[in-house]
Amino acid sequence: MNRALEALRAATPRLLAVPVALAVGLVLLWVADAPPLETVRHLLQGSLGGQQRIGDTLMVWAPLALACAALILTFTAGLWNIGVEGQIIAGAIAASWVARELSAPPAVVLSAMLAAGALGGGAWAGLLGVLNVRGGVHEIFGGLGLTFVATGAVIYLVLGPWKRPGIASTSGTEPFDAAAWFPTLGALRVSPLAVGLGVLAVVAVYLVLRGTRFGLRLRATGQGRAAAARLGIPTDRYLMYAFLLSGAIAGVAGAVLVGAQHHKLVPSVSGGYGFLGILVVLLAGFRMAWAAPIALFFAMIASGGVQLQLRLDLHSSLGGVFQGVLVLSVLLAGGWQALRARRREAAARA
Amino acid sequence: MALELRGIRKRFGSVVANDGISLRIEAGEIHGLLGENGAGKSTLVKILSGFLTADEGEVELRGQRLDLRSPREAIAAGIGILHQEPLVFLPFTAVDNFIAGAPGGLRLRRAEARAALLRVCAEFGFEIDPDAVASTLTIGERQQLEIARLIWLGARILIFDEPTTAISEAQRQRLFATLRRLAADGMSVIFVSHKLEEVADLCERVTVLQHGHVAGERTLPVPAEELVTLMFGRAVEAGTRPEPVLGAPRLRLDGVSARETSASINDVTLAVARGEVIGIAGLEGAGQRVLLRAIAGQVPAAGRITLDGTDVTGADYRARLAAGVHYMPADRIGEGLVPGLTITEHVALTAEHGGATIDWAEAEREAARRIEQYAIRGRPDSVPESLSGGNQQRLLLALMPPVPSVVLMEHPTRGLDVESAAWVWKQLLERRQHGTSYVFASSDLEELMTYSDRILVCFAGRIIGEVPGARTSVQELGLLIGGVAA
Repeated sequence: MNRALEALRAATPRLLAVPVALAVGLVLLWVADAPPLETVRHLLQGSLGGQQRIGDTLMVWAPLALACAALILTFTAGLWNIGVEGQIIAGAIAASWVARELSAPPAVVLSAMLAAGALGGGAWAGLLGVLNVRGGVHEIFGGLGLTFVATGAVIYLVLGPWKRPGIASTSGTEPFDAAAWFPTLGALRVSPLAVGLGVLAVVAVYLVLRGTRFGLRLRATGQGRAAAARLGIPTDRYLMYAFLLSGAIAGVAGAVLVGAQHHKLVPSVSGGYGFLGILVVLLAGFRMAWAAPIALFFAMIASGGVQLQLRLDLHSSLGGVFQGVLVLSVLLAGGWQALRARRREAAARA
Repeated sequence: MALELRGIRKRFGSVVANDGISLRIEAGEIHGLLGENGAGKSTLVKILSGFLTADEGEVELRGQRLDLRSPREAIAAGIGILHQEPLVFLPFTAVDNFIAGAPGGLRLRRAEARAALLRVCAEFGFEIDPDAVASTLTIGERQQLEIARLIWLGARILIFDEPTTAISEAQRQRLFATLRRLAADGMSVIFVSHKLEEVADLCERVTVLQHGHVAGERTLPVPAEELVTLMFGRAVEAGTRPEPVLGAPRLRLDGVSARETSASINDVTLAVARGEVIGIAGLEGAGQRVLLRAIAGQVPAAGRITLDGTDVTGADYRARLAAGVHYMPADRIGEGLVPGLTITEHVALTAEHGGATIDWAEAEREAARRIEQYAIRGRPDSVPESLSGGNQQRLLLALMPPVPSVVLMEHPTRGLDVESAAWVWKQLLERRQHGTSYVFASSDLEELMTYSDRILVCFAGRIIGEVPGARTSVQELGLLIGGVAA
């Protein structure tokens, strides 16, 4: 009972941030001259109204959830793996290469694409890991740099070696063969395989962090590297594990994006899933169990936002603005709570 | 023109760092502020230089009461401080460092500053190239730059906080010449140190602090023994302990040298028997920490280290840990325990056997068992930062295997009350019956004398003396620590 109360008290500012963000959101709508209730209704309808739309929302959720799972592994190790976006792209490139080169039955092609995605993302993160652990390059700078390189590589491939016969177009490569398309459910656009991979990553990361020696050592490395090393944990190796696993999961997200969403390699193949994942994970306080539903909420805003544009002539980026406001409110609430705690402590000392 | 402090009190939580300190410094005087680690010197210096505000008491300069709320106000009042490590902006040139802390508008008066720097340098015989980048200057030159800057800013009272820690003998001589010159020019110099010889060499008067009080004020010269008594208090009774029964050789160091940041050890040779307790005395930064960390394998070392007859010089920290060498750092949170991880999680983390998954119920039972065995005031779900210092130390002990081969400790009972300290040592000494050897560094002479079989004294990176723990005196030890060979 006592514990539940303590947990509630700790979470209060976080919860308070939601109405604050909603209020700011309403002001935004008022400024944009949109009827608030109508907007919310369209948002809900656009994201949850009917099987097809629920499916579309889940198709946004799957890569986002994968990105969150990847990020939580590195955050647990105390690393700001901003480069997750680049790792998603590297995975997408590797999976596209398999889809273009391998002609085999769908089961073989899809398995190979996922494996290639994991390898590609893992390799990209491994490069970042070596830069960070061996080279002392801060993972934020290394990650941003490698993301730029990955973005450049995609554009080069799409306009260069992998361009469509005759025309080099930013609309992407030639669509993959049908064998490389993730299977869908009847007439729906949703791919159970993609959603399943998202669920699998969420559950796996949750269990690994909760109940395994590996997860505990990763946490110790993240929360007190010097102490963890003194207790006998090879912290450098664990940092590398975190980078590699995180990159592999991000790479699978890349494979999902090309195999289930675009069915070809496009220049903006990720379109910011990695960065959006960072917002979700921040909002979730780096906890997997919270990140999964919050990712779903973000997916709803993203897929419902399309409806707003169609029905109310609101730009779909409004959803993104709202997501940003929500995250800022929560971070501010957290900072405010920390400030108050410090002041209380200072007052108690005086 | 005199600086006078009256009844300065400052407390941090339950610790009283300055307990009614009064002292007076005349113009043209070099005044020593002497005291062992934790005597309250740094707190007093920080109050004088505006980094801290006193809870009670007054600072008066030339009969005017000062209310120092920031370093800026202190320098405006003419009080400048030179820190142990000169606070310079390493990537800046000398002249830019000179300007950086100066009051004034947005416009940089670089030409003016350069002229001023050259003028002060000429006056004091400093040789600093105004365009040299600070990181290329020696520590001694950086000190000169700081001194020049403080004088330019109008400081008339200069505080030197342990200025000789990181500089060579030649630089030290030059620094002392500068200090004498400053005093001759009518400035007041406060020289903070715990090195007896330097104070005796340089100062005209000395105030000795002990546990936050003024233990005494003397006009120099006085016999070193008198200062030692003032620093360390009444003569501690030599312990009456049975001679230990020592076993076979356990740990051997042959000509071991190591270096970490500004501290180093040179050519240390030492043999430790099974069940032996070696205390290391010395001033903060004299090399004790580097020595312990070199034995633990956290700092690479030259020379030869053998454990139970096996050469472990090349073995890393984890290999030595596996061989039973345990290190208990002074920084219990951060280096010792992982903040945010519960006691149960610490127990699971250090479990010797265990598969890929963790049985949390079992780990919690084990945590509860150790909490009881080590009388830790906490619950299995307590995080280390919520525990008191004594209970953190108990937790560190609880996480060690039952019989380690060598335990290396830094200040094992610092911050602990008498009862906790005694309890910790009882636990440690019980393990020596089974052959565990200890090497520990401490600044508490009583602790060193009570628990060590032998005390080694570290001074400037060398072992300059060895005394039997049970048959030494505070005087003898204090002189060795201060660098005065017996």
